[in-house]
Amino acid sequence: MTHFDCLIVGAGHAGAETAIALRRSGFPGSIGLLGAETAPPYERPALSKEYLAGTKDFEQLLLRPAEFWVEHEVALRLGRRATAVDPVAHRVTCDDHTAIGYGVLVWAAGGSPRMLGCPGHDLAGVRVLRSKADCDQLLAVLAHSRRFAVIGGGFIGLEAAAVLRQSGKQVAIIEALDRVLARVAAEPVSRFFEAEHRSHGVDLHLGSGVAEILGHNGAVRGVRLTDGTVLPADQVIVGIGIEPAIQPLVGAGAEPAPGGIGVLVDDFCRTSLVDVYGVGDCAVLRSGPGIRIESRQNATEQAHTAGKAISGDFQPLRLLPWFWSHQYDLRLQTVGLTLGYDQTVLRGDPATRSFSLIYLRDGAVIAIDCVNAPRDYLQGRRLVEAGARIEAALLADAGTPFKAIAAAAI
Amino acid sequence: MHFTVTTRDGAAHPVEARAGLSLMQNIRNAGIEELQAICGGNLSCATCHVYVDGVDLPPASADEDDLLGASDHTKDNSRLSCQLIFGPQLDRVHVTIAPED
Repeated sequence: MTHFDCLIVGAGHAGAETAIALRRSGFPGSIGLLGAETAPPYERPALSKEYLAGTKDFEQLLLRPAEFWVEHEVALRLGRRATAVDPVAHRVTCDDHTAIGYGVLVWAAGGSPRMLGCPGHDLAGVRVLRSKADCDQLLAVLAHSRRFAVIGGGFIGLEAAAVLRQSGKQVAIIEALDRVLARVAAEPVSRFFEAEHRSHGVDLHLGSGVAEILGHNGAVRGVRLTDGTVLPADQVIVGIGIEPAIQPLVGAGAEPAPGGIGVLVDDFCRTSLVDVYGVGDCAVLRSGPGIRIESRQNATEQAHTAGKAISGDFQPLRLLPWFWSHQYDLRLQTVGLTLGYDQTVLRGDPATRSFSLIYLRDGAVIAIDCVNAPRDYLQGRRLVEAGARIEAALLADAGTPFKAIAAAAI
Repeated sequence: MHFTVTTRDGAAHPVEARAGLSLMQNIRNAGIEELQAICGGNLSCATCHVYVDGVDLPPASADEDDLLGASDHTKDNSRLSCQLIFGPQLDRVHVTIAPED
């Protein structure tokens, strides 16, 4: 049976960065990197941006060139999915019925995109955008497709809509809640992005559910909303979130977060199972806010924490999440988590298309959304890090740089 | 094609470059880890900040200028290495990694 001193399940950002961190820490043992996708580790955020738009090719998306994995003796095992974990025998079983032994296991399996459950959900032309293969399938039909229905007004839906609209396609976005980005941003930011998409000619349906995907000869021809509206469509893109891929771990006895929304990990990314770590989109930090943080930065930082810990260097994870989204010529950069905000302060004028929204909880800055305001983003980090207590009027004063505010207050 | 990277300790390292990838990717692929690039080349940080000498470069975008402006170590020849795509025009260029902010 194949054995790795460290077996990493999942060859996305978290898995790849764990391998990189292990070697950087001088880990001397064998490393196996198991991935369900056949593609080697690549930049997933670029799929709904440059890759879909055709401005970057796949080689530019690779996290490292092929030689890197060889030179650093990381064995890539691609196109294989782990289906079971035996934490006592230290063994992982794969979907090809092979077994791989491990000294330490790092679970970096991320998540699977949620699918629709309504009638017509499995018609040809209903697709998700989680993997390179998903994008390639969409790119293959892009030229012949004219009308797109994007289900989900979160980041994936908005980014895909922007790329498609800029490719000249007819695009409708269908969002179940009353505004886009409702789960992550406050109303001023939601309304701004809605207005921008509308100004580009996107047809927005807010507070709308999908009753049925309509088909003809097994392929999509339209979407019927819960209010009866029928939107003609050649393709349907579903961007309604992911389910964490943790079933084999939980089946093995790893403690999940309440509701099964992820696998619980400590500040060194250890699960409740001996010799098993959890990193990336599938992990929920015990000491954190109790949610999954689905970002490139989270995957990388957890991976580095786990890699170092496995190598004997225990540096606890420091949580200062940040995130970015590109839509049209808009750059949204977020630092902190908006969860639980009770106050917002607007800085700058959205009509200028450059502004920031500061989120506070109990008077302390917890997050900042910056739209085309990179200086606010870079300088605002300090305010978030410190949980700074600043007068709203000062935060709102775009004439006073955050750097100066931070220097005076912290 | 090659270029040279001087790390913060003053040591010069030759880097075999791949066209089509950014300077940042080429530096990182060469194993020079001190160039952080924490946002992975998405114009959301300034940790891939370098000084570039010996070549005419396409001008920086307003976003790149904004991010560079936020660094304490900006000089006239400052650039974000994730924004410069390697090609024949950058062959033999000399790049110095800027001090950490």
